[in-house]
Amino acid sequence: MPTIEPWRAAIAAGASIILSATTAAHSETYDISVDKIRIDAGDFRKSGIGYNNSQTPTILRFKEGEDVTLNVTNNLGEDTSIHWHGLILPFDQDGVPKISFDGIKPGETFTYNFPIKQAGTYWFHSHSGFQEPDGAYGAIVIEPRGGERIRANRDYVVQLTDTHPQRGKRIMRNLKMSADYYNRSQRTLQDLIKDSGNIGLKAALEDRKMWGRMRMMPTDVEDVQGFTPMINGESTEQNWTGLFKPGEKVRLRLINSSAMAYFDLRIPGLKMTVVQADGNDVKPVTVDELRISVAETYDVIVQPKENRVYSIVAESMGRTALVRGTLAPREGMAGPVPPLREKPRLTMADMGGMMGGMGMKGHVMQNAVMPLDDMSGMDHSAMTGTDQPMAGMDHSQMAGAAPAPQAKAKPMDHSTMAGSDNSMAGMDHSAMENTKGQDDPFYAPGSGLTPNASNGGKFLSYDDLTARKPLYKDRPATREIELRLTGNMERYIWSINGKKLSEAEPIVLKYGERVRFKFVNETMMSHPMHLHGMWSILDTGKGKYDPIKHTVSVAPGTTVYTETEVDVTGQWAFHCHLSYHADAGMFRKVVIEGGPA
Amino acid sequence: MRLPKERDTEMNRMRNAALAGAMAMAWALPAQAEQLIYGFQAELLEYRQGDGEDSFVWDFDALIGTDELKLVWRSEGERVQGTEGFEALENQLRLQFPVSTFFDAVVGIQASTPDGMPDRYNAVLGLKGLAPQWFEIDADLYLSDHSFFRFEGEYEAMLTNRLILTPNLELTVPLQDDLAYDQAAGGATIEAGLRLSYDLIDRAVSPYVGVNYERSYGGTADLIRAAGDKNGVLSVVFGTRLMF
Repeated sequence: MPTIEPWRAAIAAGASIILSATTAAHSETYDISVDKIRIDAGDFRKSGIGYNNSQTPTILRFKEGEDVTLNVTNNLGEDTSIHWHGLILPFDQDGVPKISFDGIKPGETFTYNFPIKQAGTYWFHSHSGFQEPDGAYGAIVIEPRGGERIRANRDYVVQLTDTHPQRGKRIMRNLKMSADYYNRSQRTLQDLIKDSGNIGLKAALEDRKMWGRMRMMPTDVEDVQGFTPMINGESTEQNWTGLFKPGEKVRLRLINSSAMAYFDLRIPGLKMTVVQADGNDVKPVTVDELRISVAETYDVIVQPKENRVYSIVAESMGRTALVRGTLAPREGMAGPVPPLREKPRLTMADMGGMMGGMGMKGHVMQNAVMPLDDMSGMDHSAMTGTDQPMAGMDHSQMAGAAPAPQAKAKPMDHSTMAGSDNSMAGMDHSAMENTKGQDDPFYAPGSGLTPNASNGGKFLSYDDLTARKPLYKDRPATREIELRLTGNMERYIWSINGKKLSEAEPIVLKYGERVRFKFVNETMMSHPMHLHGMWSILDTGKGKYDPIKHTVSVAPGTTVYTETEVDVTGQWAFHCHLSYHADAGMFRKVVIEGGPA
Repeated sequence: MRLPKERDTEMNRMRNAALAGAMAMAWALPAQAEQLIYGFQAELLEYRQGDGEDSFVWDFDALIGTDELKLVWRSEGERVQGTEGFEALENQLRLQFPVSTFFDAVVGIQASTPDGMPDRYNAVLGLKGLAPQWFEIDADLYLSDHSFFRFEGEYEAMLTNRLILTPNLELTVPLQDDLAYDQAAGGATIEAGLRLSYDLIDRAVSPYVGVNYERSYGGTADLIRAAGDKNGVLSVVFGTRLMF
C-alpha cells in the first residue's frame, strides 16, 4: 500500500480548506473557481471538472447566522452553476439554470449572497448538464449558533462519489442507444446452470420466461456500472485516511455525491451512531451499517477504542464496486479491503408498483404493465425456492388496486387476492419466515433490495429516524399531490406521472400551505427524490417527530409520503437525484403562488 | 492536456453536424429541446468465406433524433471479392417513432442500387422493437411495383456478460415477381446466422466469428437455379459489431 503523502495527511487531519476568508462582523466571503482538471481515479485517469482546480472536494465551512458571499468564477468553456444542496435560501440563489437564474457564462464570476439559517452537513454541486458526475461537487459544513452540540474529538467529511471513466454526456447517449449498455451484471448461461442446480431447470426457465415476458431484468439495480467509487476524491488504492487516538469520538459527515450509485457503508469492528440525517439532528440510533442514497447526508459518531486500523467500506447497492477508506491511529496504514458481497436480484415484490399503475392509460412511452392474466398464470412454484422468495409480496396490488401505503410490513392479506388463488395454494408459506431481508417498511415486503448488515447486525432504516427537534408544528396537510415515479427502461425515459419535464406543466403550490406528497414508485429502480428550497418531512408515523430531509429515496414497489411546509416563495426544482434519470425527464419545476413579495 | 481539448472540438463538430441533420426534421423536435440522441450501430461488418466465393458484407444504422422521433440511415450491402461493384446495395432513410412501450413504427424510403441490375425504389412501412423474451424484431413492408416483405429477428444469448451468442433470422417474401432480381412472388428467402461475439471495448467494439446460411424456396429457388447459381449457401464469417 502506498504511504500517505503529507498533503493528504493534512486533509485527513480535518484541516478546513478556507478560501480567502475576509472576516467582517457577520459576513464571510469565499472564492470558488470552476476548473477543467485531470481526475486520477487510480485505475484510470479522465478529464473532468473540479472546484478550485482540485479533485479533492472543497469543503465550505459556514456558521449558522452569518451572511455568506460566494464568488464563483467559471473557467470552463461552457455555462456552469452551483446549487447549494439542502440549504434554505432565496430562490434566486439556488443555482438551477432556467429556474433560479440564467447560469454562469464562461469567464464570468457570479456572486451568490445569502444568510445561513441552519446548521449541519450539506453539499454543493453544479446543476448544469452532467458537470456534477464529471466532478463538480463539494461539501458544506455549518456550525450551529453557539458551537457544536454534538461532541466529538475529530470531525471528518467522508464524501462519496462514483467516478466513471466516461464523461456524462457520453454515458447518457449510450444509455439512450441501449439502456443496458453499462449493465454487466446480467443473467448469463452460467447463472442459468447455477439456478437450475438450486431450483431445478424447469423452475429456472420459468423464472426467466416470466422476466422475459415483461422485458425486464432482475439484475437492473445499477444503471451505470464500471465506475470507481471514491472517498474525498480518493480511490481504494489512494486510501483516504482519517486519524484518531484510541478512545476518541470521531464524527464522520457522510455525503453521497454520486451521479447514480447508492452506497452501503460500514466500518467493520465499529458501531456507528447516527446523529444527523440530511443536516438535521435525529435522536441517536446505533447501527452496524447504513445505506446512503444519492444526495443524502448522514452524520455518524464512531469511537474506535483499539490501537489499530479500521476500514471504512462503502459498497455500491448493486455490489459492482466498493471503496475502502481508513481510520488509523497513525499515518501510513491501510485497512483491509473486503470482497464484494453477492449481487442483489430484484423480485416480483419490486414490481408491485408497476401493477398499481395498471389502471391508468399510460402514454406509449411508459412501460406497459403486465396484463393481469399473465400474472395469474405465473408459476409461483418457480419462485419459492429462489434467493428472494416472493412470499412477502403484497398481493393486494395484484388486483390492480392502488398500492397500499407502506406502513409497517403487514402479514399478507390473502382475502384481497384476486385471480391467483390456485397457484397461491401451492406456495410454500414457510418461506415467508425465511426471507433474508430484515423488516424495513421502506422496501416492498420480499424486495430483493432490502439491505442486511454485513455482520448480521443492525441496518439503518428510515423508520429509525426520529427528529430531535421538530422544525414545524405538526398539523394536517392541506392537500395531497400524487407523484407516480414512472419510466420506460428500454427507451431510458424517466418521468413523473408518465410525463417528462418537457411534456409537463409545473407543480403549483400555495404559500403557507402544508402539502402532502405521495410518491408511488411504479418503476423497478430506486429514486432519491429531492425538493429544492423546502424541507421534506418524511412520514414514518411519528407525527411531529418525523425526520426532516431534503432527499427521500423511494424504493421500487413502495409508496412513500412526505409533507412540506410551503414557507418560501419563487420557483424551485424537484427531481430524482440520479443524474441520468433527472436529465431523462424525472424532473419538475415547482412554482409557488402568493406569499410576501 | 491537449488531447482532451481536441476531442472536445471534434465532439462539438460532430454535435454541430448532428444539429444540422436535426434541423431537416425540425417539425418533429419538441418545444423544449432535450439532448439529441445520435449514434452508429453496425450489426454486421464481416468477411464471408463461402463455397469458392468470398465477400464483404455490412449492415448498419446511423441515427439521430429524440425519444419521440428518430431519423435513421440504414445501409446494407455485399461486395464479392474479385469482382467489380456491389452484388447488393440497399440504403434507407427511415423515420422511427414510438407506438407502444417496446415498439416503434417506421416510415421511410428504400433504394436498392446494386451494380449490373436495375435500380429499385420502395416506400417502407414497418415496426421495430423488442418482443417478449428479448427478441429484437424488424418487420417491414417494401412497397412499389416490386413489393416485398422482410422480417428480421435476433436474440442475444449471454454466455457470460461479455461473450454473447447471437442467432438471427431474416425472411424475405416477394409479393410480386421481380425477374431481374431473381424474385418470384411467394418464393421466400431465408438467411440464418449464428455469431459468437466478445465485447472487447465496452459495447463499442465486439469482434465475432460465426456461420451464415442462405436459401431460397419456391419460384425464387427456381429462378436462382435457372440462372445457374447455387441455392443454399453456407459461409463462415469473421467480423465485428460496432456501436458508437
